Amino acid sequence: MLEVSHLACSRGDHRLFSDLSFVLESGQIMQVQGENGSGKTSLLRTLCGFLSPESGKILWDGTDMRELAEDYFANLLYLGHHNAIKDELSGVENLRISAGLAGIALDDKQAIAALRRMGLKGRERLPTKVLSQGQRRRVALARLLLGEAKLWVLDEPLAALDVGAVELVQTLIAEHLARQGMVIFTTHQPLEIAGMEMRRLSLS
Amino acid sequence: MNTLSVWQLLVLVVRRDLLLAMRRRADVFTTLIFFVMVVSLFPLGVGSEMELLRKMAPGVLWVAALLASMLSLGRLFSADYVDGTLEQMMLAPQSLSILVLGKMIAHWMVSGLPLVLIAPVLGIQFDLSAPAQGVLVLGLLLGTPVLSMIGGIGAALTLGLRGGGVLLSLLVLPLCIPVLIFGTGAVYAISAGLNGAMVSNLALLAAMLMFSLVLTPWVSAQALRISME
Repeated sequence: MLEVSHLACSRGDHRLFSDLSFVLESGQIMQVQGENGSGKTSLLRTLCGFLSPESGKILWDGTDMRELAEDYFANLLYLGHHNAIKDELSGVENLRISAGLAGIALDDKQAIAALRRMGLKGRERLPTKVLSQGQRRRVALARLLLGEAKLWVLDEPLAALDVGAVELVQTLIAEHLARQGMVIFTTHQPLEIAGMEMRRLSLS
Repeated sequence: MNTLSVWQLLVLVVRRDLLLAMRRRADVFTTLIFFVMVVSLFPLGVGSEMELLRKMAPGVLWVAALLASMLSLGRLFSADYVDGTLEQMMLAPQSLSILVLGKMIAHWMVSGLPLVLIAPVLGIQFDLSAPAQGVLVLGLLLGTPVLSMIGGIGAALTLGLRGGGVLLSLLVLPLCIPVLIFGTGAVYAISAGLNGAMVSNLALLAAMLMFSLVLTPWVSAQALRISME
């Protein structure tokens, strides 16, 4: 369970949001809404511990995330604006490395299977610099198929994706929620999960 | 799925950075060629007076190694910072210090180790005796990892700054002075026949290496977290 209480965040002198509280339970999904610059990304980055909140607390199962540190990170999967993939490396190499950083040992076969599921059949061993923007995003999204992180923090997961890939991401999220996972995300595109109540948090 | 131990994670990061370095070989060679060029300029500039060259050899080689190691420091974290990998590293379920240590080790293997290996060849240009060569290489072997590790702190602190490269050198070079003093001191000592002084100089370098190994990854990790904000 993720519990955010009275969170306030500023960038420079500009107050983005204050007194923000919400609770995200297992199997729930929440969309963070707001205009450009309203602090959506800052909120997600604060949840990941990249930014320190000005005030307020973030609790994971009742314990402050700062105290849990690595134990909290083990439960977290973050997908940011940047794909975190290296142009020089192939999809398989990239995926094995990002899995390794998340503490998961992955062999070539598993990596290839994950990339195929993401619709990258035949491109698994190409350097990612020859792939299109959307295909690179798919390589990054393949991380969603690995590991057992409970909380997914997705910042614009649908950027640069085509219709097929958007559907795939929706399926993955639905599967994750069915496993009692949690998702908090931002998007400017419509994203619907069948049969799930979508909670919305508006920043303004 | 299996989880990775601390040791496996360290190996993963080192292998990743070495693989990336192999795919971008130009970066590796610029450091090495810079080192060779700077060292080779001195005999040309100073003239071929054997006694003089022999005397200045350790200093020239060490200063050149110091400057060469500065060249690639800026790239230590910046590529990972730009493409978002650094964020993922911070979310690793192991301590960030371990990952930083892995990156420092890989940096040394790519930009420090080649300098150590080529140093004896360059020593010949300065007519260094065989024992002096040996001590020089041993000193570099102990000292260059310290340069990579101290440099790592500077690289972490200047991450994302515009014109960070110059600032990085200004921050790191003064901190490297002890390494320079003891590294060259060891070679001067052996040339003067002072074995005891040579051993103590090398022992101090080894102590600095141990000290950096323990402290610098942690300090760099903290600096990275500050730079990320």
